[in-house]
Amino acid sequence: MTSEAETKAEAARTRSAWLLSAPALVVLLFAASGPLLIVLAYSFLTPGQYGNVIWEWDLNGWIGILFTKDIFDGTWGLADAHMTIFWRSVKLSLMTTAITFLVGFPTAWFIATRPPAQRAFWLFLITIPFWTNLLIRTVAINEVIRNEGLLNTSLIWLGVISEPIRIIYTDTAVLIGMAYVYLPLMVLPLYAAIDRFDMRLLEAGYDLYASRIRVLRRVILPIVKPGIVAGSILVFVPSLGAYVTPRVLGGGKNMMIGNFIELQFGQGRNWPLGAALSMTLLVVVMVALLVYVRAANKEGNPHG
Amino acid sequence: MPETTIAVEARNAVKTFGQGAVAVTALDNVSVKIKQGEFFTLLGPSGCGKTTLLRLIAGFETPTSGQILLDGDDITNLPPNKRAVNTVFQSYALFPHLTVAQNIGFGLEMQDRPRAEIKDTVARMLALVQLEPMADRKTSQLSGGQQQRVALARALAPTPKVLLLDEPLSALDLKLRKEMQIELKRLQQETGITFVFVTHDQEEALTMSDRIAVMSAGLIQQVGPPRDIYTRPANRFVASFIGETNFLAGISDGARVKLGNGAMLDVVAPRGPVGLAIRPEQVRVVAVDTAGAILATVASTVYFGTDTHVHVTLSDGTEIVARQQSPATGGVEMQKGAAVGVVLAQDALQVMGD
Repeated sequence: MTSEAETKAEAARTRSAWLLSAPALVVLLFAASGPLLIVLAYSFLTPGQYGNVIWEWDLNGWIGILFTKDIFDGTWGLADAHMTIFWRSVKLSLMTTAITFLVGFPTAWFIATRPPAQRAFWLFLITIPFWTNLLIRTVAINEVIRNEGLLNTSLIWLGVISEPIRIIYTDTAVLIGMAYVYLPLMVLPLYAAIDRFDMRLLEAGYDLYASRIRVLRRVILPIVKPGIVAGSILVFVPSLGAYVTPRVLGGGKNMMIGNFIELQFGQGRNWPLGAALSMTLLVVVMVALLVYVRAANKEGNPHG
Repeated sequence: MPETTIAVEARNAVKTFGQGAVAVTALDNVSVKIKQGEFFTLLGPSGCGKTTLLRLIAGFETPTSGQILLDGDDITNLPPNKRAVNTVFQSYALFPHLTVAQNIGFGLEMQDRPRAEIKDTVARMLALVQLEPMADRKTSQLSGGQQQRVALARALAPTPKVLLLDEPLSALDLKLRKEMQIELKRLQQETGITFVFVTHDQEEALTMSDRIAVMSAGLIQQVGPPRDIYTRPANRFVASFIGETNFLAGISDGARVKLGNGAMLDVVAPRGPVGLAIRPEQVRVVAVDTAGAILATVASTVYFGTDTHVHVTLSDGTEIVARQQSPATGGVEMQKGAAVGVVLAQDALQVMGD
């Protein structure tokens, strides 16, 4: 009798638990999984004449990631152009991560070592760019580095160079733009980690015969590593999928995966290929994250 | 050996923090010689400059003027990582990302010693501080006392010429502190390394040290073995900082001193007004009719277990504390307001400068 009442109560509890979590589940289903499932489904369909898709099973979207059909003889060959775009995306994203770390670490260290009352001010300066639209920030960088831009005009005026240095519409321009745009995402987690760092450990390191560079390598970096990992992920992931920055600063030729995907949904009129590329990007990012986090954790528990 | 070698020496060391009107002098022309193999304590209240002197020896601060010498070599401008001196920090400052063994081996590794030697030394150090089972633990998994031992082993592992200890026991509870005092003394005797120990705890200083430097206001007030410091304090500050002391005012005629209440004491002092000091245990409270006793009134008695402190007031208002073994009554009436006699041990009376 008691057990029956208990079972009933248990069932009621389960029902109310589901009911209470329903809003969250709906959001998860429609906002996260839903669109992803649509993209996944589209990647297996046939491209329509004017964009859109025809609901017929077709694997060409996935094949098209690596291979391309010759327009004259209809034979399949390896898509060199795609490879170049993938490689450029990964290379530029890794370099962006490295640059933001090299610039961001001293910046975060500087902020974390100010008197507590001043830190809020410096952090405020770091976050100011977030108030402006990404496109406008990128166009601003364009203004600085283009041939008749601030940088080249100043250098010519100073007599350092006679001809403008061509930066705009190169990989370097994309790199400068992405490093600028994503720098705060590196600085903030690094600051949080350095802020928790016990500065007295520096004296302990020096006292135990470590040089400055060894204190950095053997004491500071291992301890603030969670911040380095977080910052690197926050910079690398959006870099890999970057769209606006390579579009504005890289011109049409220096495409990254983001632009390539956009191309398929626009002029390319090949939605299945675009969808397959999107899924590939997602999987690559997830695998990269897993490998990185795994490696970082392993190093965090050293043996021997 | 004709003369003991000097391990560390400070010559006219001055350290000023800040500049101009806000400048604070932490060390005011301090000179001290610390002998090879001794347990030397810097004792004083907070802000007396003892930690500053320690940091000058470690190399974390450079003196505003003056010199620091290690084994006779001038190391004043050498950075901390070039000095054969290690520190046990008040906060321990153990590396949280390393295991106990890695912490202990850190200094040796930074000196690029061979791997085999590092392994041997770490094992020896773990045994020395009795932490062998903890070798592979993270330091955060240890108790305060164990962390303290790791800090000690880490600082001792590179066999420094001098070990600096910055109030290392202040974070421990009383029982553990007593154990670590004995432990520290044992380690010092076993290793033969010169220890420079900073503390504000006079009992710690008295029980552990070979010699003590009592510091106040950036100056060394007195240097000597614990017994000398206690029985013959050089001035009023040392006398009051180390243990309890009764101060008496009197006037000397060159051969004897006349106290404020008219009592005469056989103490030789320069003519004129003098200050006298005497420890409470050198004061005896006796029956009022005892020959030669100074008349006094009992103000209060405080019971401490083995000891009882009897506070008495002389006729001129001077208060004196007598410490005697309990039971304190011994036939003398100790009620508040009772008339008693006080006997001062003449040879324990100290003439005090200010």
